Amino acid sequence: MEDNVVLTARGISMTFPGVKALENVDFTLRKGEIHALMGENGAGKSTLIKCLTGINDFEAGEIRIDGIDGPVKNHSTRDAQNVGISTVYQEVNLCPNLSVAENLFIGREPMTKLHTIDRKSYNKRSQVIMDELGISVDVTQNLENYSLAIQQMVAIARAVDMDCKVLILDEPTSSLDDEEVEKLFVLMRKLRDKGVGIIFVTHFLEQVYSVCDRITVLRDGHFVGEYTVEELPRVKLVAAMMGKDLDDLAEIKKEGAENAINNPIEISAKGLSHTGTVKPFNLDIHKGEVVGVAGLLGSGRSELARAIYGADKANTGTLSVNGKDVKINQPIDAINLGMGMLPDDRKAEGIIADLSVRENIILALQARKGMFKPLSRAKQEELADEYIKLLQVKTPNREALIKQLSGGNQQKVILARWLATNPDFLILDEPTRGIDIGTKSEIQKLIVKLAGEGKSILFISSEISEMLRTCSRMAIMRDGEKVGELDRELTQENVMKAIAGGDTEK
Amino acid sequence: MKNGKLSWKKIKSWNLLLPVVALLLVMAVNIIYDIANGNNPLAFFTITLQQTTGNGTILYGRIIDILNRGSEAAILAIGMTLVVSSSAGTDISVGSVMSLCASFCCMLLAGYGVSSTSTLAVPLAVGVLGGILMGVVCGMFNGTLVAYFKIQPMVATLILFSAARAIGLLLCNDLIVYVRNGSYAFFGGFIGLLPTPLVITAICAVIITLLLKKTALGMFIQSVGINPKASRIAGLNSKRIIFLTYVLCGLFAGIAGIVASSRITSADSNNIGLYLEMDAILAVALGGNSLGGGKFSLAGSIIGAYTIQAITTTLYALGVSAAQAPVFKAVIVVIIVAIQSEPVRNYFKKASLAKKAKEVA
Repeated sequence: MEDNVVLTARGISMTFPGVKALENVDFTLRKGEIHALMGENGAGKSTLIKCLTGINDFEAGEIRIDGIDGPVKNHSTRDAQNVGISTVYQEVNLCPNLSVAENLFIGREPMTKLHTIDRKSYNKRSQVIMDELGISVDVTQNLENYSLAIQQMVAIARAVDMDCKVLILDEPTSSLDDEEVEKLFVLMRKLRDKGVGIIFVTHFLEQVYSVCDRITVLRDGHFVGEYTVEELPRVKLVAAMMGKDLDDLAEIKKEGAENAINNPIEISAKGLSHTGTVKPFNLDIHKGEVVGVAGLLGSGRSELARAIYGADKANTGTLSVNGKDVKINQPIDAINLGMGMLPDDRKAEGIIADLSVRENIILALQARKGMFKPLSRAKQEELADEYIKLLQVKTPNREALIKQLSGGNQQKVILARWLATNPDFLILDEPTRGIDIGTKSEIQKLIVKLAGEGKSILFISSEISEMLRTCSRMAIMRDGEKVGELDRELTQENVMKAIAGGDTEK
Repeated sequence: MKNGKLSWKKIKSWNLLLPVVALLLVMAVNIIYDIANGNNPLAFFTITLQQTTGNGTILYGRIIDILNRGSEAAILAIGMTLVVSSSAGTDISVGSVMSLCASFCCMLLAGYGVSSTSTLAVPLAVGVLGGILMGVVCGMFNGTLVAYFKIQPMVATLILFSAARAIGLLLCNDLIVYVRNGSYAFFGGFIGLLPTPLVITAICAVIITLLLKKTALGMFIQSVGINPKASRIAGLNSKRIIFLTYVLCGLFAGIAGIVASSRITSADSNNIGLYLEMDAILAVALGGNSLGGGKFSLAGSIIGAYTIQAITTTLYALGVSAAQAPVFKAVIVVIIVAIQSEPVRNYFKKASLAKKAKEVA
């Protein structure tokens, strides 16, 4: 093994039923580098990570780790931790009903002499760890009391504290806002300088260039190449990931959408609120209009949408659809009024993991039709095939379980679920989170196309640039309150200013 | 050859493979025993016609006995499967609810305070439907606690587990109520050649299968069981669906209670359905269903229920005393459950992969 190499993987292959997930993939990680692992959805990034961490049992190839003789084969995350590999996954895998400190030390609690858990000591140590990382939390509070972003940071803190040689960060920044991302980068650089090898999986190209030293690209389960950041400029990286040159992402035509403001109002919220999450707000959405919701994470972006949809029942205010006052107690009421909502937390509120792609697609349509008017099997299959084709879902077949698909493809299936109901009003909460750049632009194009067909869309995203591309108007959220709207001069700068506060109120 | 391989692959991926293998194993023990004792090797499978005292002809044999005796557990297992799937919990009250339903039915048929009767106080149908309705009411009670009050299923059903049997005794004025009327014995007797309980089980299974497959209920139950939050966002009323499964479970407990009571033409509150909830839960597990909820196989549960009865009957046939039978039953159950467990399955999967790799090399 080379001197400064901490981990090598050679010829890794892995098959899932019907899909070759990895084929003969190489990967090399050196001490004190941040190494980006890049690829589109389904390229095999997560699968490779899972092979390294012992969750997947790869079929061929070998992994070597500095300081250990012979090939290493991990059979569990604990094995991986023992050889110095710690991981933070895309979705937070901690226990929400335990305290922050308990989550940090779960499975390795410090003991007192009497072999009982030394709460005092680990609470104290936890507070020190969190303070060092600049995360302001009360470590004795339950994790569920904190935002997804903080939970993510706790997960990272936990991995960092376990004295690892290799730190794997699988999409850690998907749910962090810019400031938090910067904090994370500071920490990553600190760890790099201490000699930790960091594998960084992300979909944000700019993040790769601001923090990484080296890039390995995978495509369709194959190794494409390893590059230093300098030798692979952005355009070439995208080309390597997609295997073709990228058509300009920015060019999405939104003719008609600009004029949608003159269309009749589809959805009108007056004084709608949900106690504790979003203060009373007014919002009108016209037919065929794409309205964006911008704001920092935790500013009440999702909560605004959830109050409209009935996911969190509104406590005050009125909602009218096509001019008629309506009462929405729960999501099915909203669905019956022609609404749909793609939630931001795909794992917790989107997919039904053990059901097939077909069942996941028809679920909402079936719920609207009711239990006693089942869609025939033939009709279900027809719908499933139609949307798998339309959205180019990568799946072995329509009967594959949705949990076997990659994150981006799962998202497409959930999108298909709502398209199948042919909604008049669709709420899309972070539809492109954790999705590769090619699919992102497809989804953005689809949004504009749907609006062109006269559907109204409420689009929530933490990426202002993608909202700029698709929205004709934006609602600005700050601290659980809708503080204004922007409909002219929609630029990154203006939106940022509005989010940050100042004099944007109408 | 190619065809043969294909079908073998199909068999291997069949989700009922293990439950069926378990049942076959139990049968094999019988064959071996019979051979060892110089009996007809197929004695276990032999079905003969027998004259009854009432001048009827019925089927007779060990298989028939198993199908007959295992029916209550099989009926309970149907409801239990749905409850497990939707709520990732178990309804431990079904045995007690069986007893309550039997008591209520017999009380209606005999009249309150009467301990033995040969004439019915109300028409048979009223008593039987009343008993079943009591099961539905119990199911609604359980379902309300679990679905709407969010009480953990085991705690919620613990209430009726301890109370239902006692309520039954109260209804019967602390007596064992005998309904000595031929018509009541029907549900635990024979219909033509076949045991009525078996026919009732079959009817229940067919109706519930139709309900699950011909409506979207089956998918909804699984969806709610796998991810209640996501199901709600997709427009399902998770609470109502969970509630419904408990009602169905209560309904089936009622039916099983009537069958059990009819066998002994009485309402023996202290003994009807005793420990049967455990058999029902075990049947669900033996059927290859996860007690963590989600995907389920009704056929698996029913096979599981009959497997349990087959074990019991086999043990009696082998001459194991009733008092010791549970020990052997436990051993067999451990083996069956272990065969179906993830690590063992993975081991065999790996072994077959390794074999394949060898063949290629």
